[in-house]
Amino acid sequence: MQPSLFPEPTPQTYTVSKLTFFIRKLLEENETLQDVWVQGEISNLSRPASGHIYFTLKDANAALKSVMWKLSAQRLNLSLRDGMAVEVHGKIGIYEPQGVYQLYADQIRPVGEGALYQEFMRLKAMLEAEGLFDPERKRPIPELPHKIGIVTSATGAALRDMLNTLKRRLPLVEVILAPSPVQGTEAPTALVKAIQALNRQKPDVIIIARGGGSIEDLWAFNDERVVRAVAGSQTPSICGVGHETDFTLCDFAADLRAPTPTAAAELATQITRLDLQAELQTYKTRLASSTLNLVAEQKSLLSSLNAQLRYLSPARLIQSERQRVDELTRRALMSVLYRVNLQKNHFEGTQKRLEALSPLAVLARGYAVVTRKADGGVVARVAEVKPGQQIQVRVADGQFEAEVSDQ
Amino acid sequence: MPKASTKKTEKNAEELSYEEALAELEQIVSALESEQSQLEDAIRLFERGQALAARCGVLLEAAELKVKQVVGDEVLAFEEESE
Repeated sequence: MQPSLFPEPTPQTYTVSKLTFFIRKLLEENETLQDVWVQGEISNLSRPASGHIYFTLKDANAALKSVMWKLSAQRLNLSLRDGMAVEVHGKIGIYEPQGVYQLYADQIRPVGEGALYQEFMRLKAMLEAEGLFDPERKRPIPELPHKIGIVTSATGAALRDMLNTLKRRLPLVEVILAPSPVQGTEAPTALVKAIQALNRQKPDVIIIARGGGSIEDLWAFNDERVVRAVAGSQTPSICGVGHETDFTLCDFAADLRAPTPTAAAELATQITRLDLQAELQTYKTRLASSTLNLVAEQKSLLSSLNAQLRYLSPARLIQSERQRVDELTRRALMSVLYRVNLQKNHFEGTQKRLEALSPLAVLARGYAVVTRKADGGVVARVAEVKPGQQIQVRVADGQFEAEVSDQ
Repeated sequence: MPKASTKKTEKNAEELSYEEALAELEQIVSALESEQSQLEDAIRLFERGQALAARCGVLLEAAELKVKQVVGDEVLAFEEESE
């Protein structure tokens, strides 16, 4: 539909403002012009204190005045400079005081990023459909690795950060670095080779890492060959590329994604030196207590054996024998005493009987005992003396001599 | 006779890696806790266990990260840039 600026029948004069307003309406009603990506080179870049950004976008044949308001400028994560080839999104409008149309920009990206993003999405969808990113494929990362393989640049800050983290957390670990460029055209094949070389060294886990950078800097980690090498790694892998907000296809292919290289080193050492020291301490305690228990047990066994031994000891037997001896001794003594008493009684009886038989008693009754003086023999018969023989006569109170006068 | 041979294969604790020392320490503690050991064996095990624990402790304290690099299939020393 053609706007009728100069309708034939009624010619009309517009003020500048009215005309400008008319043009503005024309532009603002056009959907294409209100949501457009424009590719060109930045020139006349100006960033006044207001925070807005002014520049001219141009190519070989044309120029387009552009402005980005402060609010959008603050969200821009790209440092602009003159000569930079960019793609700018925004809407076309008119700056009425100067009568110029211009691009009111809300996004700026480097040329090619759009294409890269398209490629990223295409590759991601394809590999996803192949099942390369399936959660079932993810293997657990060993808690206490002995050997950690690292694929990164030998000179980058990422390597330094990771080595420092590993030193702090688990200095026992052995690190094998497979150095590789991490950006540039040779990076993808070098990364693939490094991943394969590391796998032949049989580490417990492989970290694939790179510090932060632009999407182009990280692009090697979206290369299909690299992504397939990560997915095909026999060793469980951790991918720590870029910053928290950066996602690469290697992140999806790896068994574990880490937001940064340092975080990757942390995730590779879930058990740290401190954990090991604590574990060692419990072993020491168990070692000491189990040994003490054993010794205590042996001690109590020993003392109970000792008690048994004492019970069975001959000392006890000896003691009982000694008691028996005592008993026997006592009984022997008793029987001896009895016998002595018996003898004593017998003796006294005998003595009495002897006394009764004593010749003195007979003598007292008037009898005498006559003995020969010569030989002391008792004269019991007449024939035992001769006349004239000297005899002794014993009477009760003494004796006297006599001579046999006649028979 | 078999006792003598196990003693012969027993390496000096100072020569063991952390994993070797810890694994043996673990075995010794389990053996002691199972209460099957003779007192004489137990004391020998305890002394061995102490040596192993000391070895592990030293390794944990003094361990220095070993970094090598693999180039092709060759493993080479890797010198960190000192900074």
